[in-house]
Amino acid sequence: MIDKLRDANARRATAMAGFGDRMRALPKWQRMLGVAALIAFLYYLPLLGIPGLTWLRTDSIEGGSNWAGVLFTCAVYVLVAIGLNVVIGLAGLLDLGYIGFFAIGAYSVGLFGSLNSPVVKWFQQQFDLPPTWAVTWAVCAILALVLTMISGVLLGWPTLRLRGDYLAIVTMGFGEIIRIIARNAVGVTNGPQGLSAIPGPEGPPSADNEVFGLIDVKPWYWLAITFVLVMVFAVRRLEHSRVGRAWLAVREDEDAAAVMGVYPFKFKLWAFAIGAALGGLSGLLFASRYAFIDPTQFNVNLSILFVAMVVVGGSGNMVGVSLGAVLLAYLPERFREIADYRWLAFGLAMVLVMILRPQGLVPSRRRTRELRDRAAEVKEAPAHV
Amino acid sequence: MNFDDLIGHIGQHTVDGLSKGAIYALIALGYTLVYGVLRLINFAHSEVFMVGTFAVLGVWTALGVENNPPIGQAILFLLIGFVVAAIASGGTALAIERIAYRPLRRKNAPPLIFLITAIGVSLILVEVFGLLLPDLLGKAIPSMFGRARQIVGMPTIIQQETLFTIGNTQITNVQVIVVVSALVMMALLDWFINKTRYGRGVRAVAQNPETAALMGVNQERVIMLIFVLGGIMAGAAALLWSMRFGITQNSIGFVLGLKAFTAAVLGGIGNLRGALLGGLVLGVVEVYGATLFSSQWEDVIAFVILIVILMFRPTGLLGESLGRARA
Repeated sequence: MIDKLRDANARRATAMAGFGDRMRALPKWQRMLGVAALIAFLYYLPLLGIPGLTWLRTDSIEGGSNWAGVLFTCAVYVLVAIGLNVVIGLAGLLDLGYIGFFAIGAYSVGLFGSLNSPVVKWFQQQFDLPPTWAVTWAVCAILALVLTMISGVLLGWPTLRLRGDYLAIVTMGFGEIIRIIARNAVGVTNGPQGLSAIPGPEGPPSADNEVFGLIDVKPWYWLAITFVLVMVFAVRRLEHSRVGRAWLAVREDEDAAAVMGVYPFKFKLWAFAIGAALGGLSGLLFASRYAFIDPTQFNVNLSILFVAMVVVGGSGNMVGVSLGAVLLAYLPERFREIADYRWLAFGLAMVLVMILRPQGLVPSRRRTRELRDRAAEVKEAPAHV
Repeated sequence: MNFDDLIGHIGQHTVDGLSKGAIYALIALGYTLVYGVLRLINFAHSEVFMVGTFAVLGVWTALGVENNPPIGQAILFLLIGFVVAAIASGGTALAIERIAYRPLRRKNAPPLIFLITAIGVSLILVEVFGLLLPDLLGKAIPSMFGRARQIVGMPTIIQQETLFTIGNTQITNVQVIVVVSALVMMALLDWFINKTRYGRGVRAVAQNPETAALMGVNQERVIMLIFVLGGIMAGAAALLWSMRFGITQNSIGFVLGLKAFTAAVLGGIGNLRGALLGGLVLGVVEVYGATLFSSQWEDVIAFVILIVILMFRPTGLLGESLGRARA
């Protein structure tokens, strides 16, 4: 049974690899055309109505379909996956506290943008500002990026010198600390009550908003997918730059990289900061769309879900992690009847993928080779088993 | 900052911390054993403990245990609870090793793959006990019925009573039982690892797997042994937990596991006596911290200790290594 699965896997892997190679072999203008068509399709998606695929129940509108809402969730998760992929897939650092950055991003727009937030009220009192004053969304977005990057560096500075598995546990502790602070620091974050009326690009949520309203989610999806595309482009450039090569070198052999003049700590810190910023950006989108956040939304299970998206999809490969994110976000929504079992399914998926296909569904070529090398080392030295 | 309370009742807080730390220490042994031999953080070990608490719940329900049984029966229930929890936890640990880790070891997978697999296993166990079992066992264990992912209560086996008082420090019977049984379990394990033939095999593999294999130590058997031993210790911890707190939940393992891991690292992961020291120190510091600040910051204290220890003394208080543990 397992052998059969492996065979099927291998066949599919060759087919997939063939697809990638064929894409790369096309002339540049054809490739560009393909990419443009894909982007156009992504923007068109929420208007699509394929029965079965887009049939998604919603509780907010009677008999309505939540297709655009689910697409938005998928897009946010893809953004998370791309950010976490920089940390896990490219730099090889297992970060189990990614939800912490997501939460910081969400809370930066909540704390500085919402009229109900104690921080905004404090500013109003201190500087005699009108009661309608709050930091505008665009500034909040920049704040979110800056704050998450700083927190990434603050977390990374002491911990990135640790061995990989210690790092994982410490980052997990970090995620919990952020959640506990959000819960306990009532004077700053409103504690368990959460923050409401978090603004979007058009200002505080209200029925009068023309584009980013509460009911029509399509604009939110378009906003999110724009962020995703920009970030895919940026991370892609980074991956194929000196920095990206340094990450791969550090991931595959830290000592060798150091000998070659790549200072591992510096590049790990960069990966951490960039990953954190992307996590913050997705948290920002999430908070703005739902206009409400509270600490229970940022529990450790989500961190594990994020890791699952990356490793099931294929860490190191952006197409892979995006696929992983879309699958893990879409399937529980589509099959709501069994959505209660989704965590069980995620756990099973993680274990099965790790045992049968550690490189993920859509593997990164380099990573596959690395794992194969390690397996071959065992065969050469059977006494080691 | 509540200094007066801390200083005024320092003895009480220390005793409370020790009885808490003893349970951490028992769980920490599981991390330490596996780490000492395989250099692997068995992330799923927290769930081994969780399975143990449910085993205790199951067997007590099956025996029809009621609150405050007579002392003779209470001891019998505790012993049966221990045996069942040890079998359940040891079996779970062994199953995790065989099903999840062994295939990866054969492929010489990188450590992160092990860790991700362990997280997956842990998620599976949490969900099975949170979701599937309340449905399946609902009739057999009424207290679990319809309470998916919720806290389940257990009968009180031993009513907490003050045994003796020193100054203003009250020491309860349950605290004494917890600390003494934890110490006995650890002494037994220490004896087993340091004085028996099997223990020598474990130490040999921990020191140098290849040489141990050449000397005729069966590595696979040693690995199975350490997982089972760690599981038994977690089972004992589960029994003590059930006796002391009388509740369990499918997600109980997460925070306890993280703290036990902190305890293991604090004492020096891979070092058995370090796990004991780390557990007790962590328990006491946590209670002190909770008194100083407020109990809602309790979990943060453990994580901060973990980060600080890893930064300044990653080998812990007593140093790493099972093989070179002062035997």
